[in-house]
Amino acid sequence: MSVLSLRVNGASHEVDVEPSTPLLYVLRNDLGLHGPRFGCGLAQCGACTVLVDGVALRSCVTPASAARGEITTLEGLAKDGKLHPLQQAWIDEQVPQCGYCQNGQIMTAKALLDRNPHPTDAEIRDGMEGILCRCMTYYRIQAAIKRVAHAAPASAKEGGK
Amino acid sequence: MSAPLRFPRALEDALRRIDPAMSRRSFLASSGALVVSVSVGALPGGRALAQVASGGAGAGPYPDPDFRQLDTWIVIHPDNTATFFVGKTDGGQGTGTAFRQMMSDELDIAYEMTRLVMGRTDTTPDQGGSGGSDAIEVDGWPARRVAAEARRVLLDLASQRLRAPVAELAVSNATVALKSDPKKSVTYAALVGGKRFDVALTGRNVDATTGAAAVKPVNELRIVGQPIKRYDIPAKVDGSLTWAVDAKVPGMLHARNVKPPVAGARLRGVDETSVANVPGLVKVVSRGNYVAVVCEREEQAIQASRQLKCDWAPPAEAPFPSSDRLFDYIRAARPTSGNAPEVVGDPAAALAGAARVLEAEYEVPFQGHTAIGPAHALADPSNGQLTIYSNDMKSYGLRNGVAKFLDIPREQVRVVYMDGPQVYGRTAADDVGFEAAFLAHELGRPVRVQWMRHEETAWDTKGPAYTFKLRGGLDAKGNLAALDYDARAVDYNHVGYNVPDTVLIAQLMGKRLEKPDPGRAETPSVLYAIPNRRMAASVVSLPLIWETPLRTGNLRDPNGPQVTFAFESFIDELAAAAKADPVKFRLDLIGASAEDKVFRRARSLAAIGAAIKAYGWDARPSPKPRDKGKTLSGRGLAYTYRNNTVVATIAEVEVNRETGRVWVKRLVCAHDCGLVINPNGLQHTVECGMLHGLSRALWEEVQFDAEKVTSVDWATHPSLRHSDTPERIDVVLVNGDPNPSRGDLPHYGAGEASHKPVIAAVANAIYDATGVRLRRPPFRKERVLAALRAAEV
Repeated sequence: MSVLSLRVNGASHEVDVEPSTPLLYVLRNDLGLHGPRFGCGLAQCGACTVLVDGVALRSCVTPASAARGEITTLEGLAKDGKLHPLQQAWIDEQVPQCGYCQNGQIMTAKALLDRNPHPTDAEIRDGMEGILCRCMTYYRIQAAIKRVAHAAPASAKEGGK
Repeated sequence: MSAPLRFPRALEDALRRIDPAMSRRSFLASSGALVVSVSVGALPGGRALAQVASGGAGAGPYPDPDFRQLDTWIVIHPDNTATFFVGKTDGGQGTGTAFRQMMSDELDIAYEMTRLVMGRTDTTPDQGGSGGSDAIEVDGWPARRVAAEARRVLLDLASQRLRAPVAELAVSNATVALKSDPKKSVTYAALVGGKRFDVALTGRNVDATTGAAAVKPVNELRIVGQPIKRYDIPAKVDGSLTWAVDAKVPGMLHARNVKPPVAGARLRGVDETSVANVPGLVKVVSRGNYVAVVCEREEQAIQASRQLKCDWAPPAEAPFPSSDRLFDYIRAARPTSGNAPEVVGDPAAALAGAARVLEAEYEVPFQGHTAIGPAHALADPSNGQLTIYSNDMKSYGLRNGVAKFLDIPREQVRVVYMDGPQVYGRTAADDVGFEAAFLAHELGRPVRVQWMRHEETAWDTKGPAYTFKLRGGLDAKGNLAALDYDARAVDYNHVGYNVPDTVLIAQLMGKRLEKPDPGRAETPSVLYAIPNRRMAASVVSLPLIWETPLRTGNLRDPNGPQVTFAFESFIDELAAAAKADPVKFRLDLIGASAEDKVFRRARSLAAIGAAIKAYGWDARPSPKPRDKGKTLSGRGLAYTYRNNTVVATIAEVEVNRETGRVWVKRLVCAHDCGLVINPNGLQHTVECGMLHGLSRALWEEVQFDAEKVTSVDWATHPSLRHSDTPERIDVVLVNGDPNPSRGDLPHYGAGEASHKPVIAAVANAIYDATGVRLRRPPFRKERVLAALRAAEV
């Protein structure tokens, strides 16, 4: 075991774990952050997705010691008591059924929209392709992402359109 | 005990849902019961569970809530809100919201002023949990009746309080007032808030539970029918919900199973020294062929399960044929059971005399649940009782089964149902609940178990594989004169829910039912008038029936998608042979039917009519003249019913001639389930039911060699993805009842019905587009391309 420092959702934490411990178990079991979930342990389904410095990562295969940077989990998306627009869109579109995978869907959508605020339908499908949902809520997930993309202000580059 | 803490609202709601002790506290306090205040730790939410289990209001024992007592179902709080208790579970189909709507409406209280507790064996009446899409259809009735009874009792009390006959009273949002002088009023809370109703109900079983009051006629329902948003969604998207997978208690250990590497293998020995270096190792447990490792931390248990060396003796005989040889095996097998065929008219003579006879064989592979979150449960014995935190949709069965399995009184066992990954039937949530209970019982400490992905995909129960042989005879005018249907399902030793002799751990420990379950093979649910027909269905068995990863169990309408695929495909073949529009061909068969239970004939005609209208169906025979480009497009319809719910589904496909890829561009479902409780929730459930069917049509197949299942993850067992999503989905809610506004219009089920016809609709659309009939799902591109090449498309 060794003491690792992690920055998660704006706060610093020290945890005493084997450095190879997947970040997922540290977040869930040591820090009590239940947004990321175990789905496959193989980086195939995306249920465990977190953002590290804004990049969507599969925490089930990321050693805790490799997670250097600012980690954001589902719990860290809301700011000042206000839901992130994607979370609000998920409610407005009534996206989840069971909801188990939705952490990965929302976190991946955030990384996608942060990169590309106005994706085409094809870019949404492509960007979300690696995140599985077994209740098959894909249709509404895509609708929720489009809702946020349409509401996002046009960027300077797109301003003339 | 600490003072109550303040939580974000969503978390507070989440805790209330899993901890009705919180919502019952004031009620119990004022009724004089001894109450230990339940302190709830702020973070993480799961901590609250420990304190309940180890001495709070839920300390046990846990007698059955009495369904014949109104207090079991409804509590009115001093703040004039209400909590409802129902013994069902909601896997995300919105049944919880629908129950609140029905019960609020009957009670005459605003929806926002109510809460609901579901599926918790110590506090909600045993309605069996979920299954068969029957929550609204069956269990909705006692829920409505008890709420109506509570309203009646409250009106009686108000009549005494306001000194006025009930007929002179009006109720609005939990307040009773004089019609003549609305200022004279009394709230429900002032009448019974925090107190017991102490009203007995009657009914020979929970489904028949009733009081003296009648439910409202449909035209007086105000909350039913509203598109209220699901209450469970906010906490599912902000990360605040405490799920079964999140449940934690102090001193909890983590366990992982070690499954046999080969089906039917016998454990000869375990080399415990192989895990001696794993930090945090607490115990290696083995009993018969069941092996588990228990560690302090989760990642340690995973490491130990990978590292543990076991000596397994392979079985003397191959447990099953490989999946490549499965269908030949089924056709050659001797059936283990079967019902006497249903014979109408003289099908043999009619086939012999038909102007044209068609024959076709269909095949459907094993398909699995493969939940997105592998099975998990936490069992806590720390208060001398046993509490299991689980998302098992049949929490009551889990409780009873575990009590029998461990041979402890059932009053000592309770199951706290919490949200979890999808629950479309008999999943491994059953198995893992027993495993956690066994290990906790063995170690005397709380144990959490979760299956790994390879276990979930390989070892969860499967929907039965099928072969079908169909023959149909058309007369000279192209009418269907005769049909012979012969189905075989690999379903011998079908496992039931939470049976202590058939859960996987019991099988691995060597427990055996004296008589394996005979299994089931089905005939189609359609309303076609076929004057001469023979409908036969039988069950066959694989060589290995115990300790096998190819256990069959209920999967979202257990036989429906397979049977409907074969039958509705064949009806399409017959329509094409008759050069008839496939919709008209079906409408003629239904129109001639003499069967009309629950107005199913009128409703079937209405559903098909609504589907083709929404789609913009142009009547013509299939296939359509083949497109010239690389993309071939077409449409297909399939129709069926599930219990009393009728559906007609249309798929529009694009087939890439060069790659074989099938994209279902559009889906339409016309859905008649009678009275709609919540159109939003229903529409979403229908959408997702269809897309789950689409996943089975395009991707899902359990593959195996002659010793083990080789579908073990999402690479070897693909599922529907974002890129497969249709561009457009239309759900048309139909009410085809001949008297659509009647006051007693029933509410039927939803979920399975929309799932059932999708494989058939997609196959029919592929035929329409390409002229090639695919008789075995999944329609993955390699198989489609091979079929197109073979047909020189």
